[in-house]
Amino acid sequence: MTEISQPLEKATTPKARRKPIKWSVVGDHTVLILGAILMVLPVFMVFATSSHDKIEIARNGMQFGFGDQLAVNYGKAMFEKGGFTDTVDGSLMLMNSLILGFGFAIGKIIISMMAAYAIVYFRLRFATLAFWVIFTTLLLPLEVRILPSYEAIQRLGMANTYSGLIIPLIASATGTFFFRQFFRSVPEELVEAARIDGAGPVKFFIDILVPLSRTMIAAIFIIMFVFGWNQYLWPTMITTEESMFTLVRGIKQITQGVIDSNDIPEFGQALALSIIAIIPPVLIVLFFQNWFVKGLTESDK
Amino acid sequence: MAVVKLNAVGKTYPNGFEAVKPSSFTIADGEFVVLVGPSGCGKSTLLRMVAGLEEITAGTLNIGDREVNDVDPADRDIAMVFQNYALYPHMTVRKNIGYGLKNRGTTADTIEAKVQEAAKMLNLTELLDRKPSQLSGGQRQRVAMGRAVVRDPSLFLFDEPLSNLDAKLRNQMRIEIKALQRRLGVTSIYVTHDQVEAMTMADRIIVLNSGEIEQIGTPAEIYHSPASTFVASFMGAPPMNLIEARVEEGEIRVNGGASIGPAGRCPSGPIQLGVRPEDVELGGAGQTPFDISIVEELGAHRLLHGHLGGQPFTVHVGKEVAAAPGTTQIHLKPEALRLFDSQTGKAM
Repeated sequence: MTEISQPLEKATTPKARRKPIKWSVVGDHTVLILGAILMVLPVFMVFATSSHDKIEIARNGMQFGFGDQLAVNYGKAMFEKGGFTDTVDGSLMLMNSLILGFGFAIGKIIISMMAAYAIVYFRLRFATLAFWVIFTTLLLPLEVRILPSYEAIQRLGMANTYSGLIIPLIASATGTFFFRQFFRSVPEELVEAARIDGAGPVKFFIDILVPLSRTMIAAIFIIMFVFGWNQYLWPTMITTEESMFTLVRGIKQITQGVIDSNDIPEFGQALALSIIAIIPPVLIVLFFQNWFVKGLTESDK
Repeated sequence: MAVVKLNAVGKTYPNGFEAVKPSSFTIADGEFVVLVGPSGCGKSTLLRMVAGLEEITAGTLNIGDREVNDVDPADRDIAMVFQNYALYPHMTVRKNIGYGLKNRGTTADTIEAKVQEAAKMLNLTELLDRKPSQLSGGQRQRVAMGRAVVRDPSLFLFDEPLSNLDAKLRNQMRIEIKALQRRLGVTSIYVTHDQVEAMTMADRIIVLNSGEIEQIGTPAEIYHSPASTFVASFMGAPPMNLIEARVEEGEIRVNGGASIGPAGRCPSGPIQLGVRPEDVELGGAGQTPFDISIVEELGAHRLLHGHLGGQPFTVHVGKEVAAAPGTTQIHLKPEALRLFDSQTGKAM
């Protein structure tokens, strides 16, 4: 901001027009640019390499320049049926991943909002205890309960279904905690005004609490979507049919399949799928980020 | 429109704290009653019990001819205005005002008509599509009023609605609320800790102190004949002068000095003497010495702070009365003297 006003003041003396170099700004920007390059370079290399054919990649490794196989690799990655059963292609896996990501995020938001609502607004016996029990499950990641969960889902006949993929994961201590903190900051008088206005518990939740929490929902949606999208272990266990594979899992499958048959792995296609797998989370973050920041700055309560 | 009847209504919290001692009073149809008292005196609790936001642990409450102890707030036919307005921040003014009607299943056309009517009454028509965050304090207050008015309730409840406004706006809103209540003729209960609001707005004032009713009366009664030293010192600015005195042979004396006035049928012994600062005359027939130490110049009048018989005392005189620090003789109007029991503080 300061740079903008300075040229105006100095416009009268033409000699002094050249701005003195601010070394601190240069230093800051150098650090930032280096950091950005460090972060983006691997992604760029994956992208560049995904435009070469598999022989080139196998011979020379990762590439900085672009090859001529870009369209071919992406086309094959997305639409060529692969795997043992020849039933799964990239677009199907993308679809599966999106279902998992959205189901996971939306499910977590619904469950944790309702849990927090019950804990904060109803005079339950042991509500605080219940909250802390939920909270301590933060200490138990999915991996700890993965065998019993698998056993249960398997017996319920939910293996290889979307519900089996999503439902065991949607209880969220993090979400419950954030919503609880948020609900507690909603003024008591708002609740009372709604009561006098004749809004019952369900109406209050839907008409008042959900709209008030929309920035919170956006924030948790970002986190949870990316978290769900990147799930690897649980989908690997619960989906054995290839038509249920998610992208993150499928990338490995492409290379895996060909290694077994003693051919050169389709590195180009695998890398193309990696790039495709990066895009949806990036879009989600970009889309919600705007809303999220706006909600944070424009205090509404 | 309704008569509100409290019969020994009290509130005891589960931890044994008695916030409101059993209190009984009746509010007439269309009457504007102000509950006033210092913080923590139980006035808000009492109001919230009438609203149904706080459970009544003793006694019965009637609104109209219905006992409403166990009736949900939404079904008590009341409307409440909160101290911080409690507007729904994500709704426009129009939706804020209409929300209560919508929940009662009113048709959209009727809601719109009623909202328009209420908005017109409160000068909110241009603001209907704004959000509460785009309104000033006074406008928000009016939206909160609109939300109450639109429902056409039989009872208005106000919980310190003006305490978040600046002084000028407060005076203006005070008049607006009072005028609106007059026009609509709705029975109202108004809670405040500001004795000026209580005096100016009320048909009747109920003074509360530590969960107990000290006095119920019209503003004039409360002001001129306080039932206790608490009421005397709480109502009025500056408050009533209260000084230690003795009754001897039917005469009131301070520190063994000359008689200040007749004590009527009050028995001999120590008392507390109360006299309003404006019920004192300087000079003339006065024979009570008053040491003025500070003169507060207020334009239309002056406040003289000093000591009478060694005890703090304040005199209120018109601007035409000259005064300077020093000792002067004053005359206390005998008919304005109020005697209180020195032990209990109750009026004698």
